[in-house]
Amino acid sequence: MDYMILIHSDETAPRPGPGEPGFDEMMAEWFAYNQRLIDGGHWIAGASLQPTTTATTVRRTWGADASIIDGPFAETKEQLGGFYLVKARDLDEALELAKAIPIPVGSFEVRPVAFRPDAT
Amino acid sequence: MLALLARRFNDLDLADEAVQDALIEAATVWPIRGIPANTEGWLLTVARRKAVDRIRRAQAASRRIRRAAPELVELHGGAMQMDDDETRAQMISDDNPEQAAGDEHLRLVLLCCHPALDPDTQVALTLRLVGGLTTTEIASAFLLSEATLAQRIVRAKRKIRDAGVPLSIPVSLDTRVAAVLRVLYLIFNEGYLTHGDRDAVVRVDLVEEAIRLTRVVGSLLPDNAETHGLLALELFHRARIDGRIDPAGELVLLEDQDRSRWNLATIREANTALHRALSLMHPGVFQMQAVIAGHHANARTAADTDWTAIANAYSQLGKMDPSPVVALNHAVAVAMADGPGAGLALLETIDGLDRYHLFHAARGEMLLRSGRNAAATQAFNDAVALTDNPAEQRHLNRRIAAARTR
Repeated sequence: MDYMILIHSDETAPRPGPGEPGFDEMMAEWFAYNQRLIDGGHWIAGASLQPTTTATTVRRTWGADASIIDGPFAETKEQLGGFYLVKARDLDEALELAKAIPIPVGSFEVRPVAFRPDAT
Repeated sequence: MLALLARRFNDLDLADEAVQDALIEAATVWPIRGIPANTEGWLLTVARRKAVDRIRRAQAASRRIRRAAPELVELHGGAMQMDDDETRAQMISDDNPEQAAGDEHLRLVLLCCHPALDPDTQVALTLRLVGGLTTTEIASAFLLSEATLAQRIVRAKRKIRDAGVPLSIPVSLDTRVAAVLRVLYLIFNEGYLTHGDRDAVVRVDLVEEAIRLTRVVGSLLPDNAETHGLLALELFHRARIDGRIDPAGELVLLEDQDRSRWNLATIREANTALHRALSLMHPGVFQMQAVIAGHHANARTAADTDWTAIANAYSQLGKMDPSPVVALNHAVAVAMADGPGAGLALLETIDGLDRYHLFHAARGEMLLRSGRNAAATQAFNDAVALTDNPAEQRHLNRRIAAARTR
């Protein structure tokens, strides 16, 4: 099955920038994680998002033209910061993959994909 | 005899269990009816019957899973063996039938207790699919409306199907055990208390089923203290199950029970399980409850009951797992140890049990012992209105009569 892992974490939490101490180690963990997904045949897609300060929401309601709103869909303590789209045998395997995401604090929502037009 | 049975059933483990069963029956029956003339023939006949019983039980369990599982199984495709009759038949004939059914059971229990389902749903689903209870029975056990419960089960099945919750034994079994034990205990309780069952006062098959499953989990997780604690707890209750009902089918209070009808072999087994659990030095709520049940089961007369020790154990249990029902039991033990006044004072501090019949029944007993008969009658009336169990209703009606005449 295909699962979407939505990565929610506090985007204001301090993390090292390029050239700062700890940055290389952090990136090494992410590369290792991505490699694990690729080697295990799980990888479909994945991306890290710019912070919610860059978000714009298009909201459409019945009987009205779509309106454009500055900001994310919902203001929350943890923000959607990235995602993975993975292949997994079952929910247990998808949960194991989510648990291995190298973020110390956050929530990883795992949802089965209902339909994907590009799926083979 | 063992060899004879092993050859007859082509299964050494089954033969061994059957002989043990026969010896246990001999230990119970012979002292009462006398030793039969042909002891070996008697034992062989009984052992053969017990072996057939075990096979039938395993097959019935297997059928139940098959009935419960198809809607879950077919959506997982051919990856699972549960819808494969040929494979199952082979497992049952080649392997120990109880073992095969046990593994299937455990698989299904683990699925029902999957952490992707919320805890209430885990319990409901296990009772429905593993326990085979009706939604009416489950709803009554959880003080929920039937519609709420039915919807919960439908939602759970849908999530299992759509999210791909697997029907497999996980590598990290330990992390899933707490939910499983909680569920097994609730199945046991359902069998023991028989909510909504109008025919039998005690539904022994569910009791045996819970014990059997607890043993399976215990054998898979020999170092898990709570599993052995739960087994001890279930066995202590099982040992007293015959004394709980009189020949007319009426419920008998613990203090009035004929303790010679308690099963001493089962109590000894429970003591062993509790000792094993406690020696693992990892305390938990099931072990604490088993300690309490052990105080009751090992008291030779009601007057020998160490109510102070039981009150202390309930107090500790309340610290581990605070709940109004534990507080109620603590109040009952305190009433026995220190008098009804102390118990009633504790009942005053409990919230949230207005709809729980045993709260009103306990209050009625304490009021009756305090000589407040009119208030006791009212409390027993409240209790009757809140239970569906006919045996409990009859018992409460007798208590109302006692409060009126005394």
